[in-house]
Amino acid sequence: MTSLVELMDYDEVIEKYDPVLGLEVHVELHTNTKMFCGCANVFGGEPNTNTCPTCLGLPGSLPVVNGKAVESAIRIGLALNCEIAEWCRFARKNYFYPDMPKNFQTSQYDEPIAFNGWLDVTLDDGEVIRVEIERAHMEEDTGKSLHVGGATGRIHGAEHSLLDYNRAGVPLIEIVTKMIPGTKERAPEVARAYVTALRDLLKALDVSDVRMDQGSLRCDANVSLSPKTTGALGTRTETKNVNSLRSVERAVRFEMTRQAAVLESGGEVTQETRHFDESSGSTSPGRKKETAEDYRYFPEPDLVPIAPSREWVEELRGTLPELPWERRARIQKDWNLTDEVLRDLVNAGALDLIIATVEAGAKPDEARSWWVSYLSQQANSKGIELTELAITPAQVARVIELVNSGALTNKLAREAVNGVLEGEGSPDEVVEKRGLKVVSDDSALEKAVDEALAAQPDVAQKIRDGKIQAAGAIVGAVMKATKGQADAARVREIVLARCS
Amino acid sequence: MTNDLIHATAAELAAKIHSGEVSSVEVTQAHLDRIAETDGKVHAFLHLDTEGALAQARKVDDAVKAGEQVGPLAGVPLALKDVMTTEGVPTTVGSKILEGWLPPYDATVTRKLKEAGVVILGKTNMDEFAMGSSTENSAYGPTHNPWDLERIPGGSGGGSSAALAAHQAPLAIGTDTGGSIRQPGAVTGTVGVKPTYGGVSRYGLVAFSSSLDQAGPCARTVLDAALLHEVIAGYDHMDSTSINTPVPPVVAAAREGLKGDLSGLRIGVVTQFSGEGYQQGVLRSFEAAVSQLKELGAEIADVSCPSFDYALPAYYLIAPSECSSNLARFDAMRYGLRVGDDGTRSTEEVMSLTREAGFGPEVKRRIMIGTYALSSGYYDAYYGSAQKVRTLITQDFAKAFENFDVLISPTTPTTAFKIGERANDPMAMYKADLCTIPANLAGTPAMSVPSGLSDEDGLPVGLQIMAPALQDHRMYRVGAAYEAARGAFGGPSL
Repeated sequence: MTSLVELMDYDEVIEKYDPVLGLEVHVELHTNTKMFCGCANVFGGEPNTNTCPTCLGLPGSLPVVNGKAVESAIRIGLALNCEIAEWCRFARKNYFYPDMPKNFQTSQYDEPIAFNGWLDVTLDDGEVIRVEIERAHMEEDTGKSLHVGGATGRIHGAEHSLLDYNRAGVPLIEIVTKMIPGTKERAPEVARAYVTALRDLLKALDVSDVRMDQGSLRCDANVSLSPKTTGALGTRTETKNVNSLRSVERAVRFEMTRQAAVLESGGEVTQETRHFDESSGSTSPGRKKETAEDYRYFPEPDLVPIAPSREWVEELRGTLPELPWERRARIQKDWNLTDEVLRDLVNAGALDLIIATVEAGAKPDEARSWWVSYLSQQANSKGIELTELAITPAQVARVIELVNSGALTNKLAREAVNGVLEGEGSPDEVVEKRGLKVVSDDSALEKAVDEALAAQPDVAQKIRDGKIQAAGAIVGAVMKATKGQADAARVREIVLARCS
Repeated sequence: MTNDLIHATAAELAAKIHSGEVSSVEVTQAHLDRIAETDGKVHAFLHLDTEGALAQARKVDDAVKAGEQVGPLAGVPLALKDVMTTEGVPTTVGSKILEGWLPPYDATVTRKLKEAGVVILGKTNMDEFAMGSSTENSAYGPTHNPWDLERIPGGSGGGSSAALAAHQAPLAIGTDTGGSIRQPGAVTGTVGVKPTYGGVSRYGLVAFSSSLDQAGPCARTVLDAALLHEVIAGYDHMDSTSINTPVPPVVAAAREGLKGDLSGLRIGVVTQFSGEGYQQGVLRSFEAAVSQLKELGAEIADVSCPSFDYALPAYYLIAPSECSSNLARFDAMRYGLRVGDDGTRSTEEVMSLTREAGFGPEVKRRIMIGTYALSSGYYDAYYGSAQKVRTLITQDFAKAFENFDVLISPTTPTTAFKIGERANDPMAMYKADLCTIPANLAGTPAMSVPSGLSDEDGLPVGLQIMAPALQDHRMYRVGAAYEAARGAFGGPSL
């Protein structure tokens, strides 16, 4: 399908060019209802069931602004240190596409609700980069097209397409950065760190599910290269379909090496939309447009302007929760963490999970231990992010509680966690279903100890001779025989008692 | 009996139905019979809902028999312009592109009519998507003016006005974007009112130009129009541009006007609306109306609104711009016509073929004008400038209303022209709305009330009365007073 693309070695790219980034993030708000109608705003569902005349764009239907969505937009703007417009309007962005019911998107154009902000982004090594925010504006999502047949899953070459308008009209906030220059070799990392920081911020604001896998957080990455010799701005490409944090980084990196190769061979970078392919890690051009895009924006005549009062804006400022960076500073102090440890936790994506686990009742050390060791291993082996593990901090806290109460051994606890990860239910349900419990019945343990001593008479003799460390072998045998469900300390006591 | 019923006013019919003197079913049937008898010649209706109408009439009759309180117009038949959605009843907007579409919901106006017990007889013909001044742009053939079947009934709401003039219904609903209620009212000798923008909900009104479209009442008397106005008006949370204020007291104002005293009322005659292009008979009819208003005690003086001269060009940028966007949704994907979907064509090709086949020439002309006017590099010069003119017109109105309670002018420069006469001359056609457009651009209310017949051709002429925003009642008072002083002027013979 795509011919092989020439790429330049990354180090050479950095030697010759300065990358310039621009990131556009679309966030689906998790309001109860859609942006302009009363339909439920839920992910998925039987196709075309969460629809009404308005979100289907039926003739005669009209939009009504969702006040909660405006509130979320303002809160996002405030958290991003933006100015909030005293007066702004919606505008129509006109273009034809089958999954857009009205063939125009109700959006905002030259009058966004929030503008001129910034977000501080911490890189892996602790360096902080300030990303300037151009604007955050409100708009509605489109429906979804499912292109059937054809190799690419895209409209070109498909045999037919299915349309689901459940998503049509879901409230979206588009957050656009200003150009981010000067990131040099760290451009891909900056892109990833920015989207990560933004995701954490939106999560803290509780305005969106921020699930990149479900499309509630979507990133378009604009990349251009500026030759170091001239310093002139290059032509940018816009890469869409970047559906994970890792992909953001890969897509930027790929575009840098591709554009550099194009320029190196004397070619010109085409200003275009490109699609990122997860499996190959490469980008490919979107549909070629015969004419330049002209969206013919004009103020949406079906809606009245929005003029948030300053009192309301201040009231909303008061509702901002502790933001991720504030939280990190507090935790570092409370838990007495070094910069390095904190950074490792943040980089592993574990900090918020640990905090939540602590909030659910666990001690910080215990919570940390679970997330950075056993659960991290599980995430790594599955090739997913820690946050994507199918276990909640509250469930981890419950497992810790079961261990502390003596109901589970550490080994049993890991098995309980495995059960939760495999979708068998809550920790208590897994314990129940898998029959995980510490064998605390002494007579059963005594019987197992006797059997083990009988099976290894020479070891038994050593213990009787006072070589207490030899007891470990018997304890091990008993633990094995009881499938780890025994309390090892108690077993040891029984072994020593039997041999005294 | 039937003759009495179809010649009675809505107010009279309501009184008879509510007192039990006559049933709504009888009244409804009389009008259905009249339609059956005359609509072959007039073609006011695109769709009749005989069953729905009779069912509603029976419901009202039952309520009356049971002694229940019913609304002021309960049981009275009405003709609904085919631009309003009606659940389960065809709504074509005069276009092939919506042929066969059965809306799954009622427009707010439709719902309010049903809730008020009004009997909806059917859907009336109109220029496709309300774009036109003659109803010749309907994809389903023109409506004929009952006064002279070779002439146009005005447009876009020619079907509604012709139905009134032909006594097929005592009440009708129209929509007015640049004069589509008032101009048909003028040329058919009926009353048509465009309320203040935002006074009547647009929810379910298939949009032509969102910032200008306004639904309003049509009737044969000012009082009937007022009664209907109060049924359909009022705040609607489904329409963000709907105004959340009490409905102006238009019925009380009409009754006040009928007393025939306009002492001290200040009336301004808009000087821009006379001279070249105005038919002499129309101007003479207007002068006679001015004299009668003076006799009623009104103080009358000229007033100049210079920016009204730019209303027509501004309108023909704003309305097409909005329509180019509003009509984009007709793409064959979800409802209505679909052409060329034979499995070999792309989505884009099917969209294009459908729009090519489904839209008539005037609609296409306006989509193209609007698309051009909004395109990048032209927006400021066209759409932007037009919006500035709109502000100037609003300011001219505001200034004029500092000195006058209402403004008047002829509703339209000429009487009904012949079918086909202006079909190939869009500019001549557009000029039919010369006097009506400023009120749409300013969002202010305006009414057309018959001023009798032109002495040169014996065709109806309309007097336009304009009031400030939310002061709709002022024009009802003036209109009712004038109507009583004017007296009867005959009617068409069919």
